[in-house]
Amino acid sequence: MSPDLWSLYSLMLKSRLFEEATAKLWQEGLISGEMHLGTGEEAIIAGVVSHLKDGDAMALDHRGTAAMLMRGIDPVPLLREFLGHKDGLCGGIGGHMHLFSKEHLAASSGIVGSEGPTAAGFALAAQCLRPGAIAVAFFGDGAMNQGMLMESMNLASVWKLPVLFVCKDDGWGITTKSESSTGGDLNERARGLGVQAVDIDGCDVLKMWESAGMAIEGIRSGQGPIFLHARCVHFEGHFLGFQPIRIVRDPFKEMPKVAIGLTKSILRLDGASLRERITGLKNVMASVITTLRDPRRDPSNDPITRVRVTLQSDPAKLKELEDQMEKDINNVLTTVLGEVPS
Amino acid sequence: MKTMSFIQAADDALAQAMAEDPRIVVFGEDIPLLRRDLLVRFGPKRVMGTPISESAFLGAGVAAAMAGLRPVVEMYMVDFLGVCWDALLNHASKIEAFSGGKWTAPVVVRAPCGGGYGDGGQHEQSLWGMLAHIPGLTVIVPSTPADAGGLMIAALKHDGPVIILEHKLLSETWLEFLGSGARETVQFDIPAEGTKGEVPQKWDPLPIGEAVIRRTGSDVTIVSLGLSVHRALEAAKTLETERISAGVLDLRTISPLDKTAICKEVGKTGRLLVVDEDYEAFGLSGELSAIVLEAGLTCKYARVCTQTTIPYSRHLEDQTLPNVQRICASVRQLMK
Repeated sequence: MSPDLWSLYSLMLKSRLFEEATAKLWQEGLISGEMHLGTGEEAIIAGVVSHLKDGDAMALDHRGTAAMLMRGIDPVPLLREFLGHKDGLCGGIGGHMHLFSKEHLAASSGIVGSEGPTAAGFALAAQCLRPGAIAVAFFGDGAMNQGMLMESMNLASVWKLPVLFVCKDDGWGITTKSESSTGGDLNERARGLGVQAVDIDGCDVLKMWESAGMAIEGIRSGQGPIFLHARCVHFEGHFLGFQPIRIVRDPFKEMPKVAIGLTKSILRLDGASLRERITGLKNVMASVITTLRDPRRDPSNDPITRVRVTLQSDPAKLKELEDQMEKDINNVLTTVLGEVPS
Repeated sequence: MKTMSFIQAADDALAQAMAEDPRIVVFGEDIPLLRRDLLVRFGPKRVMGTPISESAFLGAGVAAAMAGLRPVVEMYMVDFLGVCWDALLNHASKIEAFSGGKWTAPVVVRAPCGGGYGDGGQHEQSLWGMLAHIPGLTVIVPSTPADAGGLMIAALKHDGPVIILEHKLLSETWLEFLGSGARETVQFDIPAEGTKGEVPQKWDPLPIGEAVIRRTGSDVTIVSLGLSVHRALEAAKTLETERISAGVLDLRTISPLDKTAICKEVGKTGRLLVVDEDYEAFGLSGELSAIVLEAGLTCKYARVCTQTTIPYSRHLEDQTLPNVQRICASVRQLMK
């Protein structure tokens, strides 16, 4: 089996352009509430989802758009769902954090870690009803500290459930750096539960495709669950309008709001010793400073840019693909925005 | 006169209590950012971030309270209590009874609640009915900055587990973090009186379990709490133009309930409308009907609550959560 880089790139680009369009609609206020983009993790999703077949299931987190799109969900009802339209994928009731497609056996949740039990259950049904089918759980590294995910890994291990646990590790849990909230090593954690662990650069779609392919083949053959630990970046942080990124992008606008409270806290009479307070201030500033030096801001970590370098060997074909994709997404936008149902 | 926003008031009261009582510690997910002012003033030993492990850190908060600390455990949203329900359902609430009254768990759980900003049904629930259902839990739902601060102090002095639910529409901080993300292109129906208001120079505890009359009225008594109090007040203004005099009773705490105040007000008007953002079935609204019946009162009764999973779509959400139109329509029906 050899990868078709063109089709992988096409999946990733489709997702990227769709999510960039989504971001604009969110900025314009047409999408409400939080908006978690999967920009930066496209190689992980493409590398895994392109191996899925009919009967395979997906348990998705609050960042499930890319997986839904790449699995073949029609982008028009998907975007209409984000806009809260009646003819959206879920009738406008779910929104982007709660995307469901029964025919694709794809279910999302805004509860961190819940992808574990869901994937285990999908896998149990597959084991009984659809031998050879598998379930994939996509989650972030923050979820690795949720009991229910650890319990699910153990359950999948002892029941030899056909689950691929995919950890999209960007090193952050919302605004908290993972190293300050996660003890030990995640791969060792999985191995400790009897789950084979594979560590992988999630920004490299070729490697992702190969590792996911091997893992899925093994899982289909009944060898039990595998933990795929893929590193990635999220360019927009946890969600759009993410405060630490806002501070970095527009410090003159954002810092005063933060600075007044912090200054008062240093000066107030009662409280910790000055030394403790300075340590506290350093803790607060660390998240901003870490964001400044963040790999999220480094374009070399963009999985799309990386794979594109290889494809530039055929610039004409690349241009054609990109032009077509842009046209497709523009058509989706026109359709979605053009016919607003009452 | 000193004024503060809702969250400022809650945080200011918490800070005052922390300065007086070194046993108070604060922890939860992303707390170093979300409570950065408290972190700087009281240092990283008393204000801590946690992993995304609600079962562990809420359970630990309960036991730390049993062993002498006064933890304030912050949940990102009340919805996420589902992940760690056991700590409240089977532990915090039971310690006092199981120990024959000799041991308590004075933990304060602070959680944003409520909808109205388009985040969907897993992030916008109220759930105070579910919490108040469990004997041994005190449940507070303030509707103004003054109550948010005064009841925070009361919670921190209370010798048992207390849950304080802060409505996200009353908190500019939460609304900016989760609702707008600093966009100016989205609007929310925010009641001015709830988000900013007069506060005392120094915080004193407000009595837990004492409702307050927000508006007097002779035709109908609207009983509510949290954000819905402001919806009820707005409705009462509209109804006044129709010569209907609607009173509004703000429960402030749902467990314990101020049964005396409820019965007294309903006894005067003979009409009870419950406006409750929580789910309608098996909750506060039904409980209030039982309370007036048990007291032997005869009254006309109606309720405006949330009946279904809260839709993501903003306009469906508006119809699902209690709103001024539904409140007015229900009152008019009661007046027939």
